[in-house]
Amino acid sequence: MAIDTQTAARVAKLARIKVEDDQLPALAEEFSAILGFIEQLNEVDVDGVEPMTSVTPMRLYRRDDVVTDGDQPDAVLKNAPDAREGFFAVPKVVE
Amino acid sequence: MSDLMNLTLAGARDALRKGDTSSVELTEASLAAVGASKPLNAFVHDTSEIAMDQAKAADARIQAGDAPDMCGIPIGMKDLFCTKGVNSQAASAILNGFKPEYESTVSQKLFDAGAVMVGKLNMDEFAMGSSNETSTYGNVVNPWKVGSDDLTPGGSSGGSSAAVAARTCFGATGTDTGGSIRQPAAFTGITGIKPTYGRCSRWGIVAFASSLDQAGPMTRDVRDCAIMLEAMCGFDPKDSTSADLAVPNFEAALTGDIKGKTIGIPREYRMDGMADEIEKLWADGTAMLKDAGAKIVDISLPHTKYALPAYYVIAPAEASSNLARYDGVRFGHRATLDAGDGITEMYEKTRAEGFGAEVQRRVMIGTYVLSAGFYDAYYNRARRVRALIKQDFDQVFADGVDAILTPATPSSAFELGKDVSDPVEMYLNDVFTVTVNLAGLPGISVPAGLDAKGLPLGLQLIGKPWEEADLLNTAFALEQACGFEGQPQNWWSA
Repeated sequence: MAIDTQTAARVAKLARIKVEDDQLPALAEEFSAILGFIEQLNEVDVDGVEPMTSVTPMRLYRRDDVVTDGDQPDAVLKNAPDAREGFFAVPKVVE
Repeated sequence: MSDLMNLTLAGARDALRKGDTSSVELTEASLAAVGASKPLNAFVHDTSEIAMDQAKAADARIQAGDAPDMCGIPIGMKDLFCTKGVNSQAASAILNGFKPEYESTVSQKLFDAGAVMVGKLNMDEFAMGSSNETSTYGNVVNPWKVGSDDLTPGGSSGGSSAAVAARTCFGATGTDTGGSIRQPAAFTGITGIKPTYGRCSRWGIVAFASSLDQAGPMTRDVRDCAIMLEAMCGFDPKDSTSADLAVPNFEAALTGDIKGKTIGIPREYRMDGMADEIEKLWADGTAMLKDAGAKIVDISLPHTKYALPAYYVIAPAEASSNLARYDGVRFGHRATLDAGDGITEMYEKTRAEGFGAEVQRRVMIGTYVLSAGFYDAYYNRARRVRALIKQDFDQVFADGVDAILTPATPSSAFELGKDVSDPVEMYLNDVFTVTVNLAGLPGISVPAGLDAKGLPLGLQLIGKPWEEADLLNTAFALEQACGFEGQPQNWWSA
């Protein structure tokens, strides 16, 4: 399927990656090439086949619903680009 | 380079136990080799101080008679593993300066076993690549060289493969989502195993595609792989897909006796346009296993052709979800904002600056295949095809096949800087390895010979789930029959 620049722009927006307008045609072309490759999957008869959810037939490990970790705000914030007064700081969100 | 660095991991262990050398001595030799390997660009973060402390502690343990196999052994750590207080950036600019406050389970297990970390290793950004050219640190150079062109060490674990092939350390951690241990191992003449999905904990390893990612060792030979793998494996309650199974003594399984084993040769792996020397290598490997007493059978894995396209839906889909966390809020890079920029601009600019081109491409492809209206057509269809690919393997194993022999890669190491304007062409590197990830199976790449140019080529053996011990033994028999002793000429520290 050919991807147009409008679709490429929409995908970039959904992915929260800024793409300059002049880059969109090349991006759309790359998407088209990759999706063209992926489209081979349409040749496969998948009727009655369940989508795989787990590659090994095992039940996910469960643990007791108790607090196992926490109370270390300094460690959590240590790598933040902007942390203030025990919080992550971001630009104003609410108008 | 010190002669000590010519020891295998097993040889270094034995020398330590006999008291012929010390971990401090080995670590100094390793650090010297690391320092002299700068032109390879394999090591990207210096951990020499940690290494010397670990070496001293290891020597004390050895003297006290408490020395697991890995105790005192210098190894390299792929940058994808979070190591406490040490830069762990997945070779991405978006994690610039990130120093985790915690240790990955696999690196912790290696340290608990006494291993010594001599540095963090270069890789493709977020493990997305087959040539190590997507790294924010610049590409790694393969220690193997013919003519004047620099060759790729493979990817994504290219720093690991180059470091081991150049004999700067006795083993290195790798991770494998579509072939990222086995392809670089093949390109550098070393051995690498991806264990069964769930054998190694994924906790603390920067996630690429969680249903495919597995860690594994990269070493000089099969015995070394067995030793290092055992130290990396084991149940971890912090990874919900970790297998609660006992870890066998893998090294003890290496008898070299494969009489009566059944080896499958899958006809779908004989690709159109396959290089003659790859075909010959495969035929020679088959003959060797037959001579060693194995029964050879032709098998069919009918959905092989669809593995790569399924992978290039599933892996980007999972990546787009996993990489959503890089938003400039909790760690790593945040873009400088203009006046009036809000939180959306912060996300968009941060991710545009922080992610390289291939990572952006895959995140966006993943976003597309998961988006409303396409989820069923792409993502669910790919997961159905994945189920069929796994059924192909289940069937041949149920029919009595013990292991499957294939080439590891379609070619030997290629030149760096090769035109890759078509991303799909680069994806074809994974054609023989990616099925194994989709089916969650163990796979090992064993160096098997040299091509006409004098570059190493590998063969891949694929085993049954959880039967790494048996797989390693078959690989051991193949290794003995191949007798590969190639080693790159040292041009980098001259």
